[in-house]
Amino acid sequence: MRVEIVNTVIPSDAIVAEMKAGSDGAVCVFDGIVRDNTRGRKTLHLDYEAYFDMALEQMRGLAAEAVTKFGVRDVALVHRLGRLVVGETSVLIVVASAHRGAAFDACRWLIDTLKKTVPIWKKEQFVDGAIWADGEPFPEGIGLSRAAEVGARVADGEPFPEGIGLSRATEVGARVADGEPVPEGIAAGGSETRR
Amino acid sequence: MRVEMLYFGVLKEYFAVDRETVEVPAETTVEGILSFSRERTSNVRREELDSAGRSSVWDVLAVAVNREYAERSTVLQDGDEVALLPPVSGGAGTERRGA
Repeated sequence: MRVEIVNTVIPSDAIVAEMKAGSDGAVCVFDGIVRDNTRGRKTLHLDYEAYFDMALEQMRGLAAEAVTKFGVRDVALVHRLGRLVVGETSVLIVVASAHRGAAFDACRWLIDTLKKTVPIWKKEQFVDGAIWADGEPFPEGIGLSRAAEVGARVADGEPFPEGIGLSRATEVGARVADGEPVPEGIAAGGSETRR
Repeated sequence: MRVEMLYFGVLKEYFAVDRETVEVPAETTVEGILSFSRERTSNVRREELDSAGRSSVWDVLAVAVNREYAERSTVLQDGDEVALLPPVSGGAGTERRGA
């Protein structure tokens, strides 16, 4: 398995070529490239940064999991950091397998999971300003427990250390008490239901 | 005890540093360090909303302790590396959300 985080151009063609072996019937490639706009706002470039050691460990875990979960033969997972301009590859995923179904499924699962769990962020530079991309909500089990659970725990009287934790606990408790709905996967994007 | 704090994405801008050592009481939990950290950035609270102005990063972030995702109840040890992680945005493109 080839799992890397690089600061230079990803040699997509070379990686795809070296992934092919005699027992493969399919090689599925996801080449993620920088688009020229976000929601119609013109993009100049993107700056990617990572929690490098953790991101690499997470990516290694995903590659290994894809092999066991989908029964594919081999996986390459390469992410680039630093400044990327429109059209450049930010992430390359290559899955080699005896059969195409498993290759497609593993490839899709890898990019979808990477985008939710691997600690990499991008700042989007537009002609008229820059923002950190909102990111995707963390899945259950990776993000922190939901406010409702915290509220329940506070009600149980779990002590917070002296001098810290108080304001937050009160805030969360109050919000839960108000009966505000806390839908699944609330996080950044699903916040229309919030006030 | 002391823990090493790491900040990423927009949080790095809130704290104006990408890492620092902080002194916290023994047996501080992830929940505790979150409250402590949030309080310290109260001067930038107005900027906490996401680009659509909807949710605070503090409600959606994850915490890693020694490079593993942690729970709110995780108890910190002296010397731990604690990273505050906004929702990640690796890969390509930004999905259209709320559409």
